[in-house]
Amino acid sequence: MANPQTPGIASARLDAATLSENFADLHPPLSAHEAAVAADRCYFCHDAPCITACPTDIDIPLFIRQIATGFPEAAARTIFDQNILGGMCARVCPTETLCEEACVREAAEGKPVEIGRLQRHATDAAMARQGHPYARAPETGKRVAVVGAGPAGLACAHRLAMYGHAVTIYEARPRPGGLNEYGIASYKSVDNFAAREVDWLLGIGGISLEHGRSLGTDLSLEELRADHDAVFLGIGLGGVNALGAAGDDRDGVTDAVTFIADLRQTRDLTTLPVGRHVVVIGGGMTAVDAAVQAKLLGAQDVTIAYRRDQDAMPASRYEQDLATARGVRILSNVMPKAILGNGTAAGIELEYTTVTDGRVTGTGETLHLPADMILRAIGQRLVPVDGLEMAGGKIAVTGPGRTSVPGLWAGGDCTPGEDLTVVAVAEGRDAAEDIHAALTGAG
Amino acid sequence: MADLTTTFLGISSPNPFWLASAPPTDKEYNVRRAFEAGWGGVVWKTLGESGPPIVNVNGPRYGVVHGADRRVLALNNIELITDRPLEVNLEEMARVKADWPDRALIASIMVPCDEASWKAILPRVAETGCDGIELNFGCPHGMSERGMGSAVGQVPEYIEMVTRWCKTYYDKPVIVKLTPNITDIRYPARAAKNGGADAVSLINTVSSITSVNLDTLSPEPSIDGKGSHGGLCGPAVKPIALNMVAEIARDPETRGLPISGIGGVTTWRDAAEFMVLGAGNVQVCTAAMTYGFKVVQEMITGLAMWMDEKGYRATSDFIGQAVPNVTDWQYLNLNYVTKARIDQDACIKCGRCYAACEDTSHQAIWMHEGRVFEVNDAECVACNLCVDVCPVENCITMERLPAGSVDPRTGKVVSDDYANWTQHPNNPASQAAE
Repeated sequence: MANPQTPGIASARLDAATLSENFADLHPPLSAHEAAVAADRCYFCHDAPCITACPTDIDIPLFIRQIATGFPEAAARTIFDQNILGGMCARVCPTETLCEEACVREAAEGKPVEIGRLQRHATDAAMARQGHPYARAPETGKRVAVVGAGPAGLACAHRLAMYGHAVTIYEARPRPGGLNEYGIASYKSVDNFAAREVDWLLGIGGISLEHGRSLGTDLSLEELRADHDAVFLGIGLGGVNALGAAGDDRDGVTDAVTFIADLRQTRDLTTLPVGRHVVVIGGGMTAVDAAVQAKLLGAQDVTIAYRRDQDAMPASRYEQDLATARGVRILSNVMPKAILGNGTAAGIELEYTTVTDGRVTGTGETLHLPADMILRAIGQRLVPVDGLEMAGGKIAVTGPGRTSVPGLWAGGDCTPGEDLTVVAVAEGRDAAEDIHAALTGAG
Repeated sequence: MADLTTTFLGISSPNPFWLASAPPTDKEYNVRRAFEAGWGGVVWKTLGESGPPIVNVNGPRYGVVHGADRRVLALNNIELITDRPLEVNLEEMARVKADWPDRALIASIMVPCDEASWKAILPRVAETGCDGIELNFGCPHGMSERGMGSAVGQVPEYIEMVTRWCKTYYDKPVIVKLTPNITDIRYPARAAKNGGADAVSLINTVSSITSVNLDTLSPEPSIDGKGSHGGLCGPAVKPIALNMVAEIARDPETRGLPISGIGGVTTWRDAAEFMVLGAGNVQVCTAAMTYGFKVVQEMITGLAMWMDEKGYRATSDFIGQAVPNVTDWQYLNLNYVTKARIDQDACIKCGRCYAACEDTSHQAIWMHEGRVFEVNDAECVACNLCVDVCPVENCITMERLPAGSVDPRTGKVVSDDYANWTQHPNNPASQAAE
């Protein structure tokens, strides 16, 4: 068996038991008593700031009161009405920058109501005890294509199915869920939750799922539009930004999203290789997810190298603290200059930076870190779709996801706005409402 | 530190905190431990007449009202008087009193409503050396069905009669414990005084059903699917008790009659409130039943620190000091005009004041851009609801309008003259008098 000091890239640096402990639920579910105590802290605010802060506008005080009065299933219904992926959002939402940041008890005592965990309590209760809670309206005879089985596509498909439309989801990868399945740190979605949630969601009926169908290769927009009454694109961001440093092609240099996806799809983590010295380039949630998991897999040292001031990191303070608490070092104001090594990465040369008026400039001073695994987490980009108007590298939309092409809607990470699961759900849902209105003449 | 030594009816105890007649004082073991924990006195669990003791139910005897997080706000019980033989209780009382001469020991008694029964038990109680007796005219359940407890306490004539018997056959202080399950507490209090009572203690428990099991449709506590009303006690009944204590303290016919205050005393602050309203000491039960005997330590230090802060050297310095401030509505100053003021720095923007005022009061709070809440003086009637529902202490306060200013709601100049309803032009009686 390997250990954290084993040179190069190796699997089984830690034993199975340690790995299983390391990748356990980051926020274990609340017990009924804990939920009652947590729920009691909610002030049931008027026009509550947490609702405003939630991209899906969940009536948070109401669902918390429903938990407090003994019906988490009723609470779940309040949540699902707005956000059918409320179970996953409860796990992965950066609540510290959304509802919990807005909570008045954050202002009052620096301890917000634990909205995320309460939401999980409610949605877990409903998903454990019931079949699918929504019924379909009678068939409308309308057919809608949804491209991408990620959060945006699933939310859109569910809402459309509920209205009685027939939905086909076309998904490129072998499993549905998008980043819920392939992205996101493992300890935020344990016990195969992403897949279980999709199964539960599809329980509404009226949604068929076709895998291995990728836009541009196995699917064309023209065909889709010809065969369906409406099309929704929730295709995410398929491309990864390049590093732009010498030696980017050496062995050991890989995309953080690939590393995370492999990890999520590996059932036996002792088989998953990780470097001894890992350097993650970037400063967002993906960088943190990759760095923390590399450390948990047994890397001896893991460094996040971020080119701006630490305050500017897109990952929240909470996420940064999570990383440092797991032993990840955060190095700010450094940018990659070269990947060192002979065919295989052995180290990285970083240059110190200063930031003036938002512009990053190298100081000329450099440092070297040993690095046998280098993970690129410097952002993803849209693989362009022909025939659509673009805005800032994404698909341009107006209102509830209307693209420049009539009958074609889009939402999620492929459209402008924050790249968050909860935002994608809101956009998918709202586009579905708009599609429904268009198909039924109500709009 | 202030001296908490309190003399009540000539009975001295190191502090004014007595344990009320109830389960915690049912036997020697408990009472000794209570004294060790620091309680100033104990009213022994109510004694019945000699002979086979009563029996209790064998299923649950307590019900509860929980706050969130299962905080006990009130208990309700269907327990009866002591279910141990009279002789056992009397022997234990004598032993305990002999060992703890500096603590108050009072015997609570409930026997049938005839002179012979009282005449029979009183000398035997006196032999224990206890400091006085308390007549249990309060229990609303069980014993009342047999013509005792609150069945006596609800008939002032009976109270007077039994009290008189006790004063005839017993020469130490007699305290009459009153039931709140009546319409006007002053009548039983006057009856007790007329019968010669040395003091009244109140309140006993309030008749209640704490909850209903929605699966079995049985009231709780459920005995084989049925429930019976019990007696409610604990923090939830304190406001009822405070009012009744104050009513007796300020009634011209009972003014000066010593009162032992009972009803939801949980902290030193509760005790101080009872005492400034006229109670010479307090009796505690639910707090001990919830937290154990140790709670008295907080009460002792808290009351002493408060006394030091206020400059009171003895409990007699503050007993009854708030009684003159309890008055009838008609004498309240109608020229006392206040408006709610919201401290924007303290405000956490929950909007509860707004929801309460807008939906259920006088639409006197504005919600401005950015969740800034502000009082509209032209609509504010100073009802205090916003203060009550605000989760932040002292964030919303009631501020008096200075004399000479104009109340934007009424358009009238605020006067600092005292003026009440009896003098108000809208009062037909006041005009008739002119």
